[in-house]
Amino acid sequence: MRVILDINNQIFNVDVSPNEYLLDTLRNNHFKSVKKGCDSSSCGVCTVLVDNKPIASCTYLTAKAEGHKITTVEGIISEAEKLGKHMGDEGADQCGYCNPSLALTVYALKLENPEANTQQIREYLVGNLCRCTGYQSQHTAIRDYLGDKK
Amino acid sequence: MNIGNYVKVKSIEEAYNLLQEDKDNLIVGGGAWLKQTNKNVKTMIDLERCNLNQITENKDTLVIGSMTTLRDLECNKSLKEIDGGILVKAISGIMGVSIRNIATIGGSIVGRYSFSDILTPLLVMDCTLEFFKDGSMTIQEFLSTKKLNDILLNITIKKSNNKGYFYAMKKTSLDFAVINVAITKGKTISIAVGARPSVAALQTEAMDYINNEQVNTEAIDKTASMISSQTKFGSNAKASEEYRRSITNTYIKRGLKEVTS
Repeated sequence: MRVILDINNQIFNVDVSPNEYLLDTLRNNHFKSVKKGCDSSSCGVCTVLVDNKPIASCTYLTAKAEGHKITTVEGIISEAEKLGKHMGDEGADQCGYCNPSLALTVYALKLENPEANTQQIREYLVGNLCRCTGYQSQHTAIRDYLGDKK
Repeated sequence: MNIGNYVKVKSIEEAYNLLQEDKDNLIVGGGAWLKQTNKNVKTMIDLERCNLNQITENKDTLVIGSMTTLRDLECNKSLKEIDGGILVKAISGIMGVSIRNIATIGGSIVGRYSFSDILTPLLVMDCTLEFFKDGSMTIQEFLSTKKLNDILLNITIKKSNNKGYFYAMKKTSLDFAVINVAITKGKTISIAVGARPSVAALQTEAMDYINNEQVNTEAIDKTASMISSQTKFGSNAKASEEYRRSITNTYIKRGLKEVTS
């Protein structure tokens, strides 16, 4: 089936199977920042934004995405760079595999609750696993990012 | 799951007619749990364009469209006040935000998933399901019927100040529950146990007992004992039958103490 997808404000006319998941469609169309991890909605590395809300693209049918605004990390690059600066300052970054999904989830949190406290940050990020750094330094960096008015 | 065709219908009538056309046609909610099944679906019917994603607040009720996401429910302030907020508590413990933005309340109910953290609290709340053709029924009536070839439109939850308790025993926050327990106390006490690992069920015999006794430690212990000894539990990769039986006893006691304190 053909679907029209709005990805980072660009229109893509793609041919997909009705049971294809958005993760595979995005990767097949060269959005390699969207990672394939557990493929069972547990690890969070496949997170993208649909209408500015984080969703696990490994669990979201591409057919469902038609008519919605899809955002990958390439679509929020300046915000990702700001978060990256804070992550670097806190040493909250090692292999980088989870970074795109983390940046998107944190950006969605900023839109939804810019005053989020540490507990709310933790709860929002339950679905985003990082196996390198632990979470303490990430949470500090995210607090700094949310508090950064620049 | 194999899907032959995917259609976003424009009306409930269109969805219903399509559903009746072939036994292998299926309504999809958010689709969050599709990977848990291996069905062959001829036509997947998406209700996204049918305006069923609204939460309407009335004086005595909340009317929730079946396509409302779990995340939207979790963030609803009024729902946090009903029955001690047990439904919100149950929802907020389901995996991460990125799944709760996909999964819908309708899909979570109609799927009758044995691992459901949604059905258990709904069983002890005053709520009614409204189907397109089959009309209204309680969630208990729905769970006791065979599969309906119908469309769930709304879930109506009556506002109440009842005390409520919900606990889902999980190995990690991203896992399905090993067991879950929901209790409410208004004029009477309602108790449900789910993820046994079969689908959630009201504990009617134990409820009859405790609602006719003066609630004290002895009555609470006996109620927990009745449930843990008489309810059907099972074993799977997550936990053994014996383990489920044992921890259910513990959490029923804790819940009853909490709602009766």
